[in-house]
Amino acid sequence: MNAKLKWGLLDAIVVVFALVPVLWIVSLSFKTTATLTDGNFIPRDWTLENYRTIFQTDQFVRALVNSIGIALISTVIAVVLGTMAAYAISRLDFPGKSLLVGVSLLIAMFPQVSLVSPLFDIERQAGLFDTWPGLILPYITFALPLAIYTLSAFFKQIPWDLEKAAKMDGATQAEAFRKVIAPLAAPGVFTTAILVFIFCWNDFLFAISLTSTEQSRTVPVALSFFTGASQFEDPTGAISAAAVVITIPIILFVLFFQKRIVAGLTSGAVKG
Amino acid sequence: MSIGSTTPGAAAAGEQTREQVRPERATRRKKPLSEGKRQERRLGWLLCAPAAFVMVAVTAYPILYSFWLSLQRYDLKFPDEREFVWFENYVTVLGNGYWWSAFGVTMLITVVSVVIELVLGMGLALIMHRTLIGRGLVRTSALIPYGIVTVVAAFSWRYAWTPGTGYLANLVSPEGAPLTERASALAIIIGAEIWKTTPFMALLLMAGLALVPDDLLKAASMDGASAWQRFVRVMLPVMKPAILVALLFRTLDALRVFDNIYVLTAGANNTSSVSMIAYNNLIRGLNLGIGSTMSVLIFLTVAIIAFVFVKLFGTAAPGSDDGSKR
Repeated sequence: MNAKLKWGLLDAIVVVFALVPVLWIVSLSFKTTATLTDGNFIPRDWTLENYRTIFQTDQFVRALVNSIGIALISTVIAVVLGTMAAYAISRLDFPGKSLLVGVSLLIAMFPQVSLVSPLFDIERQAGLFDTWPGLILPYITFALPLAIYTLSAFFKQIPWDLEKAAKMDGATQAEAFRKVIAPLAAPGVFTTAILVFIFCWNDFLFAISLTSTEQSRTVPVALSFFTGASQFEDPTGAISAAAVVITIPIILFVLFFQKRIVAGLTSGAVKG
Repeated sequence: MSIGSTTPGAAAAGEQTREQVRPERATRRKKPLSEGKRQERRLGWLLCAPAAFVMVAVTAYPILYSFWLSLQRYDLKFPDEREFVWFENYVTVLGNGYWWSAFGVTMLITVVSVVIELVLGMGLALIMHRTLIGRGLVRTSALIPYGIVTVVAAFSWRYAWTPGTGYLANLVSPEGAPLTERASALAIIIGAEIWKTTPFMALLLMAGLALVPDDLLKAASMDGASAWQRFVRVMLPVMKPAILVALLFRTLDALRVFDNIYVLTAGANNTSSVSMIAYNNLIRGLNLGIGSTMSVLIFLTVAIIAFVFVKLFGTAAPGSDDGSKR
C-alpha cells in the first residue's frame, strides 16, 4: 500500500509537469478579452469568441489547410520510400547497405539550419520557394531516417517464415503477402506514419524560411505572424485558440496510440 | 534453408531464393554470385534507391552549394555587388562578437538542458518503467510534451512568463519582466527545452531499462545491494549504450535550438542561438553570403561534436535485436 502511494505521488508529479503548460494555453484560449490579462489559471469568463475569430480569418484557415496537406503528403511519400528501403535493409543482403544506414543516421543529426540558406536560394531559382513541394521535399528528407529506422526495427520482428508456410499451404506469392505479411507489417507502418506526421506537423524552421505568403505558410508560422501584423486587437487569445486547434491531432494520437508511439520510439531510435 | 543460396537461378526461382537467404553472416562467403544473389542485390538497390536519392539530393548538394555561396559576397539587397571573395565571409563572421555570443548561448543551452534532461529523463524512465499504478496514464501524459508543436509550447511559456498575463510571472517575479533580461530569459528558454524533450530522452532510456534483466536485480538485492547500488552497479552499466545514444541524439538536437528562442525572445538581449542569427542574416537580412558562412560553420561544429562523441564512446549500439520489448 505504501509503495502504491509513493508511485501514485510520482505519477501525479509527472502528469502535472506534462499537462500544466497545455492546460494553460487551453485556458487562455477560452478567456474573454477583458480577463485575458488577469493572470488567473482558470478563466473567470468563458467564451468561444477566440475560436470564432480565427476560423473567420483566411489567414488561419488557409494555414490549417496547408499544414494538413503538406504533412499528409510528406508522410505518405516518406513512409512509402521508407518502407521500401527498410524492407531491403531488414530482409536483403546487398553491398552498400551499411552505407545507407550510416547516411540516414548522419541526416538524422544534420543541423537543419545549415540547409536553410542553400535551399532558400535553390528553391528561389527553381520556383519552388513558397510552394507546397518546397516544404514537402525537406520534410521527406528529414523524415526518411526516422521512417527507415523505425520500420526496419519493426520488420526485423516479423516472422517471415510464415510467408513460406503460407505458400507451402498453396497460397500464391501475392496472397501470402496480402493475407500474411501485410497484416503483420501494418502496425509498424502505421506507427511510423504517426511519428513522421508529428515531425512534419511540428516543423517551424523550414516553414518560416521557405515560405513567404499564405499560399504555403503552415500553422506554426502563421501563429508567429499573428503577433506582428495582425488585424486582431490583442492576438493572445487568437494565438492561443489556434495553438489549441493544432494541438488536437497530437492529443488524439497520444490518447489512442500511446502504446504504438512508445514502441516505435524505443525500438527505432535505440538501434544506433 | 540449406538449398537457399545454391538454387540454380531460373528467373522464377530467384523470387524464392530471396526469401530463403536471410542476411546471416554464415551465408556471406566470397564466391561467384549466383543468379539469385544477384537478383537480391539488384532488388536491394532498387528498393533503397529512391530514399537514398532524396536524402542525398536534399542534403549533400545544398551543403556543397552552401559552401560555394559562403565564398561569395552575395547580398540580395545589392545583387550587383556579388563577387567571389574567398574566405572573407569567414573572417567577418569569426571576428564578430554576435556570432560568438550566439555560439556561447547555444553551447550553454545545450550543455545545461542536456544534463538536466538526462537526470530528469532517467527519473521519468524509471517511473514509466516500474510504476505499479497508472502506467498508461503516465506514459500518455509524458508523450504530450514530445508530440506538441514546439511553437505552441513556446507560446504557452511566453504567456506564462508575461507580466500580468501569466501565472508564473505573477508567482515568481511580480516586479520584473523575466523575458526581457538575459539571464532569466535564457533560464526560461532552457526550461522550455527541458519540458519539451525530457520525455523523448526518457523513452530512449526506457528502451535501455527494458534490457536490464530482472533476475540480475533480484540477485543483487539478495546479495545485499541497496537501491542506489543496484542502480549504479547493475542498471547503469547495462544501460550505457542506450544512455550514449540518448545523449548523442539530444545533444545534436539541442544544438539546433531555434523555435523556442524565436517565440520567447526573438533573440533580444543577446539570447540568439547560432540557428537564430543564421536565420536572421538570411531571411531578414537577405545576406546569402554571410548566412551560408554561418550554415557551414554550424555544420562543421555539429560534425566535430558528433565525431568526438563517436570517437570517445565508440559506435554504441545496444546489442539486443528486439529493443521494443517492454
